[in-house]
Amino acid sequence: MSRTLYDLIGLFAGVCFILALKGLSHPKTARRGNRIGAVGATIATLVVFFYTNPGSSLPLNNLGWILGAIAVGGVIGVPAARKVQMTQMPQLVALFNGVGGGAAALVAIVEYLHLGTNATTADVIFTVFTVIVGCVSFSGSIITFLKLQELMTTRPVVFPGGRFVIAATLVAVLGVGAWVVSALGTAPLLILAALSLLFGILFVLPVGGADVPIVISLLNAFTGLTVAASGYVLNSVLLIIAGTLVGASGTILTRLMAEAMGRSLFGTLFGAFTAKPQASSGVAEERPVRSGSPDDVAILLNYARRVVIVPGFGLAVAQAQHTVRELADLMISKGIDVAYGIHPVAGRMPGHMNVLLAEANVPYDQLLEMDEVNPTFGQTDVAIVIGANDVVNPAAQNTPGCPIYGMPILEVSNAANVVFLKRSMRPGFAGIENELLYDPKTMLLFGDAKASLTKVVSALKAL
Amino acid sequence: MSAVAIISIFTLAVFVGFEVVSKVSSTLHTPLMSGANAIHGVILVGAIIVADHSSTNLELGLAVAAIILATINMVGGFVVTDRMLEMFKGKK
Repeated sequence: MSRTLYDLIGLFAGVCFILALKGLSHPKTARRGNRIGAVGATIATLVVFFYTNPGSSLPLNNLGWILGAIAVGGVIGVPAARKVQMTQMPQLVALFNGVGGGAAALVAIVEYLHLGTNATTADVIFTVFTVIVGCVSFSGSIITFLKLQELMTTRPVVFPGGRFVIAATLVAVLGVGAWVVSALGTAPLLILAALSLLFGILFVLPVGGADVPIVISLLNAFTGLTVAASGYVLNSVLLIIAGTLVGASGTILTRLMAEAMGRSLFGTLFGAFTAKPQASSGVAEERPVRSGSPDDVAILLNYARRVVIVPGFGLAVAQAQHTVRELADLMISKGIDVAYGIHPVAGRMPGHMNVLLAEANVPYDQLLEMDEVNPTFGQTDVAIVIGANDVVNPAAQNTPGCPIYGMPILEVSNAANVVFLKRSMRPGFAGIENELLYDPKTMLLFGDAKASLTKVVSALKAL
Repeated sequence: MSAVAIISIFTLAVFVGFEVVSKVSSTLHTPLMSGANAIHGVILVGAIIVADHSSTNLELGLAVAAIILATINMVGGFVVTDRMLEMFKGKK
């Protein structure tokens, strides 16, 4: 196959990726968009097997190894993607992003070893960039995975002098990077990779749970840029186009996400340098809360005219999507006006809750976005908060300095009554106490969300 | 490829990337991120190229690892995005 044809097919794949991103931006075309992207990636992969690189011949060298490795990757990736529970999807995306970054770093290292002294300065600079950013993306994504999977604390991890350690590591990374460019050699490059992995870990550790999705999105954009840089070294138009597209769209997406969460991107990114060890505000005083029974909740609902359901991650964990729809249907049959108030980051990521509720066949028109639902809480008799905490926490509006301060919230405190379905008094993902729990108009129903909802449904039926 | 050509491609791709996602609703942030994530899995192409011209066992070993990771990224990414978007079907 001629170089021209090869590059033209690469261009075609690049166009597929543009159409994929375009399609993914609209609900109607999203699924088709994803499939167009998959077609583009498949074509791009297949065509490599039919192109002779300079100094090589067909079939490709090491063909058995290449095909075997693809098979292994497929056997790992496909079942993971198929079997993952929808609630755990954000961390899987983080993991996929991390391995992509790792792959880009490895490609850059191999190409560097291969070129040896033939590498131009530009090649080496792009290699250094790819190794640094790819390794940061890899180790950083692993940390976000551990945080989301709750295998480690979701609170910001800040240690004394942490910001100096991080700054020193960054300086070391850049210094070794410059060393590689000037001196060349395998050992400096491997030291660079190790330091970059360390920096990725230190960079993500101080990020609080609520900001993790923003960091995943940012690392995603980073990985895109490493792919573009590899494209330069490997002389591949396709990789440059695809990587740049992801880098650019990922950057915009990161900013949009940060806006939806009311977070400053700068504050999230450089939290590592500004975060102070938090005084543990958890003076565990026993404060009175008003807990109720499922019957109490059912009576409250029976005499309501308007009810807003605020679903959170706890609902998803308890797999209570179907039960909550049953409750909503029952209330609607009693002539109660029912809506769902969806916070942009309900669940773990923007849009995550919509996916989960859509899975339970909740009608799309009952799902109200934050801006639509907030003005209606004043006319709402009961707000039922199911397994959510941070997204309704008034501290975001009235406690400057708390980690979620400034995040837009669902103003459920304006409703006449608030019912919290919770497993325990444990604070939410961001680890902040919620004053609303102690409000006199709040009723708490403790227990597993699904079990509690089932009891409320039968109590309401009996009325 | 000339430096100017590469810079041109890069610059235009940046603008296209900005433009295509600038009006997405927050509902689609997660699937969009996941789809973009799958797209950068095409680093698989780069991994195959370096595996092809690997001349030492070290190079080949690293290249094979890169292919495995890139395949997981690409194939897994598209499959999980499709699963997310499956949930939206049949809605208006």
